[in-house]
Amino acid sequence: MRVLVVWCPDWPVVAAGAGLGPCAVLTRSAVVACNEAAREQGIRRGMRRRDAQARCPELVLLDANPDRDVRAFEPVLAAVEALRPGVAPLRPGLLAIKAPGRFYGGEEFAAATIAEKLVGTGIHDVRIGIADDLFSAEQAARLADVQGWRVIERGGSAAFLCALPVDVLDDADLVGLLQRLGLSSLGDLAALPARDVLTRFGAYGAKVHRLARGVDLVQPASRTPPPDLVTEVVFEPAMTSVEAISFSVRRKAEEFIAGLAQHGLVCTALRVEAEGDDAKRSLLSSRSWVHSRWFSAVDVVDRVHWQLQASPSGALVGAPVGLVRFVPEVVEPAAAHADGLWGGGTDELIDRGVARVQAMLGYDAVVVPVRQGGRSPADRQLLVPWGERPSAVRSPDLPWPGSIPSPAPTRVFVEPWATAVIGEGGRPVTVTDRGVLTGVPERFHTGSGSGWQQVQDWAGPWSVSEQWWESSERPGALVARFQIVGVDGSAWLMRCDGDRWWTEAAYE
Amino acid sequence: MSTVQQLQERIRSMQDGVPRQPLPTHPALEGLLQLRTGGAYEVDSAGLAIALLSAPSREGSWSAVVGAADFGVEAAAELGVDLTRTVLVPDPGEHWLEATAALLDVVSVVLLRPPPGVGERTAGRIGARLRKRSATLIAWGRWPGSEARLSVESSHWIGADRGHGRLTDRRLVVSVARGSAPPRRVELELAPGVGLRRYGFRQAQPTDEPLRGVG
Repeated sequence: MRVLVVWCPDWPVVAAGAGLGPCAVLTRSAVVACNEAAREQGIRRGMRRRDAQARCPELVLLDANPDRDVRAFEPVLAAVEALRPGVAPLRPGLLAIKAPGRFYGGEEFAAATIAEKLVGTGIHDVRIGIADDLFSAEQAARLADVQGWRVIERGGSAAFLCALPVDVLDDADLVGLLQRLGLSSLGDLAALPARDVLTRFGAYGAKVHRLARGVDLVQPASRTPPPDLVTEVVFEPAMTSVEAISFSVRRKAEEFIAGLAQHGLVCTALRVEAEGDDAKRSLLSSRSWVHSRWFSAVDVVDRVHWQLQASPSGALVGAPVGLVRFVPEVVEPAAAHADGLWGGGTDELIDRGVARVQAMLGYDAVVVPVRQGGRSPADRQLLVPWGERPSAVRSPDLPWPGSIPSPAPTRVFVEPWATAVIGEGGRPVTVTDRGVLTGVPERFHTGSGSGWQQVQDWAGPWSVSEQWWESSERPGALVARFQIVGVDGSAWLMRCDGDRWWTEAAYE
Repeated sequence: MSTVQQLQERIRSMQDGVPRQPLPTHPALEGLLQLRTGGAYEVDSAGLAIALLSAPSREGSWSAVVGAADFGVEAAAELGVDLTRTVLVPDPGEHWLEATAALLDVVSVVLLRPPPGVGERTAGRIGARLRKRSATLIAWGRWPGSEARLSVESSHWIGADRGHGRLTDRRLVVSVARGSAPPRRVELELAPGVGLRRYGFRQAQPTDEPLRGVG
């Protein structure tokens, strides 16, 4: 059984999308990977950040992200899988398959085919090694040229390995020990009797000894390719009416959900894509939807309807739709979402009721309130459409200097009412640029249509100079907020920006 | 008197078929008002609406707020409404009735800000749905056929001190009117840290002064 190993060197750097210049990936200020340009400048693995920067000031530093490495390697696995099944990912940047003996006309041609395919997907530094065992194949790949391959002939592993230094073993302690024992090459290690190595180094040493002799014929476990869950609906001819499209995708949506259920999965985040029917298949609309529980077929159809209806022309989509695609972005095991023995409880019911209101009024008509940090009462609340996760929420636990202390107003107006506050002698009360009040408030009206009334009591100002970088009419202007109590006992939160007054909220 | 009440209770429960369960009610209104499933209650201000909403929400009920775009989310959270079990329909427009009916099917308490001029028939239709689904409606505005009407008769804010302080406490007189009976009044206060409670109800305050030996 021959093994083919594909090695993409410096994978963390490739996965981070670095350019051609010197670049290194670091964890805890130590270099874990760097590219060829950085190596030329003397950067090595394990080097400290400041040493690396001293040697190469223009070095681009990137944070290590193992998840990113795995994610970026997935297309490589898929590309190799398309040529030959049974791919075993060893680690990000390194994979093994059984070498095809004859199919591509020999091992070298197979290696050439795989290298060509990977270069086609944008991975330019690919090296391939073929040998009897995995360890030899990996070492062969490390000795191959860029986009090249090295084949160790049958039974030639031991001869190939014996010239290699012990440094190739990825274990610094062991390498140090072997060197101190005077074993500088794998050949020296392989020449020792297996029995003596086992008694001196134990099972681990015996394993390394087998590796060095090229007789460790353990096959890597190949992965099962992930199921293809993406579903497409093609329209012949293309359709423009939202109603017709929604009706036509119904059956495919049911198949899509049933297909997920066959794998024991449910979809909690879904991307709906619509493509035109022109030659280029231009993307008309693409949007991700999340669900508070999981998508049923009806929910999927609803999302298609809302998404296409949101286009400016209303019931007609801007251009004829030739294809609708459902891409499950997050799938979770159905067991994690199973109903209890006595049904799913209230939350399931709530979902249905909310879905009915959404069907009546539109997707974003039903919202969930979230508290967040801010200075004005309107800034301190966030309304998130039902089914979406709140994003960019400012923390309410921060101090927010300039915000109005508790109690919070019970009514917060969406659009502040224009109003007026006057002081002694009917002169309007304003706040100067330095936050000084020009008079004592005496009379006010709220802007709701009720008339003027006397100020019984007032508090403030809480002055804030917010968003001075925004290009508004009065950039950098001071905004002052006041609590004003009328003689009828009503209390209001008013804002004074320059010479104008607004009612922002009410304490009812 | 209690016999009459018991008989009334039995008549009421036989009329609808669905027994009317008591709902958690704000402790400040104890003795004046007991919310029940299937009932509609009328309030005239946001503060009272939130107070009525808070007790069931705190006990774990889902609640919905329909038609109140100016609902103060932070005040609601401060007064005990669980925002994670609250849904808002800020602007239902002309579909307010359908949206309310759909939400009454699934949540326990709906706070509705009805448009002006709701007719008897509309209120009756919602009332039938309320009894069938054992839900409760809190109408922030006029609602024909409500069981009780809560209104703020007078309100007094403390703490502003003409520019030297800030609003902290509030005293308010709330009247609870049932049908044609004369309204009953209660004096409440909104105090920092404790929310709404009966005025004059104070717990023993621990003194800051250390005990001193005498004699």
